[in-house]
Amino acid sequence: MTRAERIAALRAAARERILVLDGSWGVMIQKRGLDEADYRGDRFAGHPGQLKGNNDLLCITRPDIITELHDAYFGAGADISETNTFSATTIAQADYGLEGAVRDINLEGARLARAAADRWTAAEPHKPRFVAGSIGPLNKMLSMSPDVNDPGARSVTFEEVYQAYREQVIALNEGGVDLYLVETITDTLNCKAAIKAILDLEDEGYEPLPIWISGTITDRSGRTLSGQTVEAFWNSVRHARPFAVGLNCALGADLMRPHIAELSRVADTLVSAYPNAGLPNAMGEYDEQPHETGHSLHQWAGDGIVNIVGGCCGTTPDHIAHVARAVEGLVPRRPPERPRAMRLSGLEPLELS
Amino acid sequence: MRPTFVNIGERTNVTGSARFRKLVAEGNYPEALSVARQQVDAGAAIIDVNMDEGLLDSVRAMTTFLNLIAAEPDIARVPVMIDSSKWEVIEAGLRCVQGKAIVNSISLKEGEAAFLKQARACLRYGAAVVVMAFDEQGQADTLARKTEICARAYRILVDEVGFPPEDIIFDPNIFAVATGIEEHDNYAVDFIEATRWIKANLPHARVSGGVSNVSFSFRGNEPVRRAIHGVFLYHAIAAGLDMGIVNAGDLPVYDDIPAELREAVEDVILNRPRRDPALTNTERLVELAPAYKGGKSEAKGPDLAWRQAPVAERLAHALIHGITEFIEADVEEARLAAARPLEVIEGPLMDGMNRVGDLFGAGKMFLPQVVKSARVMKQGVAWLLPFMEAESAGQERQSAGKILMATVKGDVHDIGKNIVGVVLQCNNYEVFDLGVMVPADRILDEAERLKVDMVGLSGLITPSLDEMVFVASEMERRGFRMPLLIGGATTSKTHTAVKIAPAYPSGSTTYVLDASRAVGVVSALLSPTERERFTAETSADYARVREQFARGQDSRGRMSLADARARAFATDWTKTPPPRPSFTGLRTFGDWDLSDLAEHIDWTPFFASWQLFGRYPAILEDEVVGQAARDLYADARRMLDRMIQGRWLTAKATVGFWPAQAEGDDILVYADEGRTEVAGRFHTLRQQMVRSEGDRANLALSDFIAPVGGPPDWLGGFAVTAGHGEIEMAERFRRDGDDYSAILATALADRLAEALAEALHRRVRTELWGYAPDEVFDLEFLIGEKYRGIRPAAGYPAQPDHTEKAELFRLLEATPRTGITLTESFAMDPPSSVSGLYFSHQESHYFGVGRIDRDQVEDYARRKGWDRATAERWLAPILNYAPGG
Repeated sequence: MTRAERIAALRAAARERILVLDGSWGVMIQKRGLDEADYRGDRFAGHPGQLKGNNDLLCITRPDIITELHDAYFGAGADISETNTFSATTIAQADYGLEGAVRDINLEGARLARAAADRWTAAEPHKPRFVAGSIGPLNKMLSMSPDVNDPGARSVTFEEVYQAYREQVIALNEGGVDLYLVETITDTLNCKAAIKAILDLEDEGYEPLPIWISGTITDRSGRTLSGQTVEAFWNSVRHARPFAVGLNCALGADLMRPHIAELSRVADTLVSAYPNAGLPNAMGEYDEQPHETGHSLHQWAGDGIVNIVGGCCGTTPDHIAHVARAVEGLVPRRPPERPRAMRLSGLEPLELS
Repeated sequence: MRPTFVNIGERTNVTGSARFRKLVAEGNYPEALSVARQQVDAGAAIIDVNMDEGLLDSVRAMTTFLNLIAAEPDIARVPVMIDSSKWEVIEAGLRCVQGKAIVNSISLKEGEAAFLKQARACLRYGAAVVVMAFDEQGQADTLARKTEICARAYRILVDEVGFPPEDIIFDPNIFAVATGIEEHDNYAVDFIEATRWIKANLPHARVSGGVSNVSFSFRGNEPVRRAIHGVFLYHAIAAGLDMGIVNAGDLPVYDDIPAELREAVEDVILNRPRRDPALTNTERLVELAPAYKGGKSEAKGPDLAWRQAPVAERLAHALIHGITEFIEADVEEARLAAARPLEVIEGPLMDGMNRVGDLFGAGKMFLPQVVKSARVMKQGVAWLLPFMEAESAGQERQSAGKILMATVKGDVHDIGKNIVGVVLQCNNYEVFDLGVMVPADRILDEAERLKVDMVGLSGLITPSLDEMVFVASEMERRGFRMPLLIGGATTSKTHTAVKIAPAYPSGSTTYVLDASRAVGVVSALLSPTERERFTAETSADYARVREQFARGQDSRGRMSLADARARAFATDWTKTPPPRPSFTGLRTFGDWDLSDLAEHIDWTPFFASWQLFGRYPAILEDEVVGQAARDLYADARRMLDRMIQGRWLTAKATVGFWPAQAEGDDILVYADEGRTEVAGRFHTLRQQMVRSEGDRANLALSDFIAPVGGPPDWLGGFAVTAGHGEIEMAERFRRDGDDYSAILATALADRLAEALAEALHRRVRTELWGYAPDEVFDLEFLIGEKYRGIRPAAGYPAQPDHTEKAELFRLLEATPRTGITLTESFAMDPPSSVSGLYFSHQESHYFGVGRIDRDQVEDYARRKGWDRATAERWLAPILNYAPGG
């Protein structure tokens, strides 16, 4: 299939059923107990500083592990697997002094996921598999000051964020992803820079790909870290005309539900949800069992508030297998047709009817 | 929330609120934030943020303010309207807001290409847009033009850009009605009908407008203006107006407007047939208006009730209101009642001036009013002088302190210095003004001889900065201890802290931002109780400024000169060959008609020279300074008439065109069309700021001239003056004790010179060079610099080196032809003069060279035949490094 055909297949599948995204990458990599040498491989053997913990680097240095994880999630029933490129931007990789490796990480990450998905599609043509290019948040925020005494200060500029995302997005596109997944958004302005970087590529002849946007509600306040409500967040990103919008991370399914319901009400596009496996315990581990996650998402699907489900921190192929079974055969949410209106936002929405 | 009419908070707008502008200009952002907070608290659903003010770095102010708002949840909860006429400011704003904002505004003014580009960017940043009914032909005034432009913009946005129609807001231009000009009578109807048409024909689009424009002709009569706004909104909202930039708290309820007034206003707004055969609707409303004016300001015509008060009160009133009419009679009455004439000065006159000082300090009086007060004071004192001399008591008047002031050697500008002098005199300081072009030794000799308490130095052109450092070092060498004050347009706190203060460690050096600060600084420095604390605070502050400056030196990225040259402005010279001027050589204009120039004055800088900041004519109706601006404007028009009728000034101009080609960053000027004999050479400087690929070029003025070997090109040059007679004119007023008129006349001569430069440039474009014979003529158009070609002046941002004037003057034979001379610092004398180069290239535009690095300074020195130290001295303000290091 060409990419255009795959994108058409993705849209068709989303109309027919609830799609399943894969689960956590961090936990699965952690379980391998890799050491510094695994992260370095031959290419970065002499690189200064510690590289252990830089999971994205494994796309280059341990492609075998990354391929195994894609296979594990596709095998569990995921329709979509994410590239292992959550932190593969020049800004995030600056912590490791690896800005120069960013393009290769994204290219390799996309190719590994592409190859795995194509193998599964060839084996099971009735259930095509798709690759979402993971675009994570940055460790620097455009809407918040790094210094409590100087609220107007910023640790990074829009232009810098834009450029960082631009490089990542170009490499993901060239590496063959089917869609972009801007995820775990803590600061909507960072996300808007990513959206602008993506949309601007159209002028340069890059094939336009669907955009999937997934924000993060950090706590019970029901707001993003940068202070927006769910509806305000949606108003801020709707100009991307996203394929899907949703929430992920920070909360388990029980605490995430009211916000997904709200998003489902306002968003005239597909809605996604991939919560954590509950909240972490005192040891920082996630206790929620696969059948519990599956049970929650089964209920959401039954309530007609989701189109795509999956897992974030703490979830495993086992969780995804339960989720896939739980939503199988259920009718996907039908996006509401909302009357045209000017919908603005600050931290809160303003609708002019 | 589903409001039917959205109030957009207008107070966070520097063009609309004097208070907000002042806060931003001072960097008082905490207080500026509280303005935004009040707007939201008062129910603004959206806040309009506008930083368009000539003296502000608007991009930075917009960025800073929006970043600060982001940290205030009670403000940031509402959407922002990013309001600017400059795209770069809008884009800076869009890069700061996480919410979905409204951009105000874009338009077809600069054609479809620019409109498409900006609309696409707005869409990708995720913003709604206000589209002004403005196209290549200008601003739409009639219903037909408004609907035609809005329809065209709508089709482009929706069909070509894919802009969501619900995110489009049209602003079909609200113009003033009741102006007395018949063509304006239908303006409100045109707006209302355009609104109705847009809502019916352009699905989902919305309509907005700046409501206060409609009542502009009733400025000063707030109750009637509010009634006009109320009636206008009533009808416009009914026609579909969705939102408006209004002061929400200030709108009357339609039904609460008195019936008689409402009917008259409605007749005007709706342009109904007249009710009274003898009066137009406008005339009827004008007749009715004073009755509703209310108590805030009295009816027109002088109110002489104050003449009934006791004499001391009358003197105070005359001083505060700047009335000279009765001053001599009142002073005489006071003198007859007093034991000695001196008591009149030290009693009622000083009491009155103290009240002026207090009002000025509290921001309730403005500079032009204070200077007028000083005129009254001087006339009063002048009346008393003969009596005091007759008394020959010989007793010296007790002054608060003695201050010596001077414009330094090489510089001829003195308006600011004179204003400071007057303000200090108003506060009972004795001021000795040595005038302009005063060498250091004379300043210091006089300071010793007169036993002054401090010295104030002023200067306007950049070489004066160096001269001030020299005066400071001379004060140190000669063992002075008295405080030194620094002021004038090119001076700054940074330069004072970094360069001047260290040269004079034995005394305190203080930068005085403007005349309003002078009294506070001087009184603190002379006060035995405050002096120590003040000087300690100042020196601590300056130490901090020096540290900041040192840090800033490291962080400013510059690219190498070679890289910058590789990024020079590129153009295809063969595609648009440079136009040939109608003549080469020189032409001189002996006596330009001043009355023609008077009609083309750009008034905004005139107000700024009086520290009244705001755009003309909007400043005339500003809530805070409007009254002061109106009075000043009336005085200025009267003075202009006198200057013209009396033929006090002579305006002269000379213009030249030469065959020219660029050679690197230089421009060669030839004596002949064959370009065999080089007659002169201009040196230009190139921008070295780091820019990324795709950004604008790194410009030098030479980029706008075709290179040697390219197609034939030409360069123009000019020198104009309106200043012959200005010194004598000011001197006459000063002799009569009328500093106000002296300063006023000098400031007007300045504006006439600028107007002459503008008029001559227009003649060059349409006729003498002649590349734009069909250019439209409109003042707004000219000030907005919308025409083709530029006239950059040496000493300004595009060529900061003043010494380039020498070559220009030589080639133009400017001194014999116009009488303008150059001082050793390359200031032009008379001061009301302008000179510069002409470029015809259609993409030529003004720019700032910005800071330059050592490599370019060395290269420039080589080209000019200077050593590096000389180059560093003349280029001191733009060096990106500390010289000598």
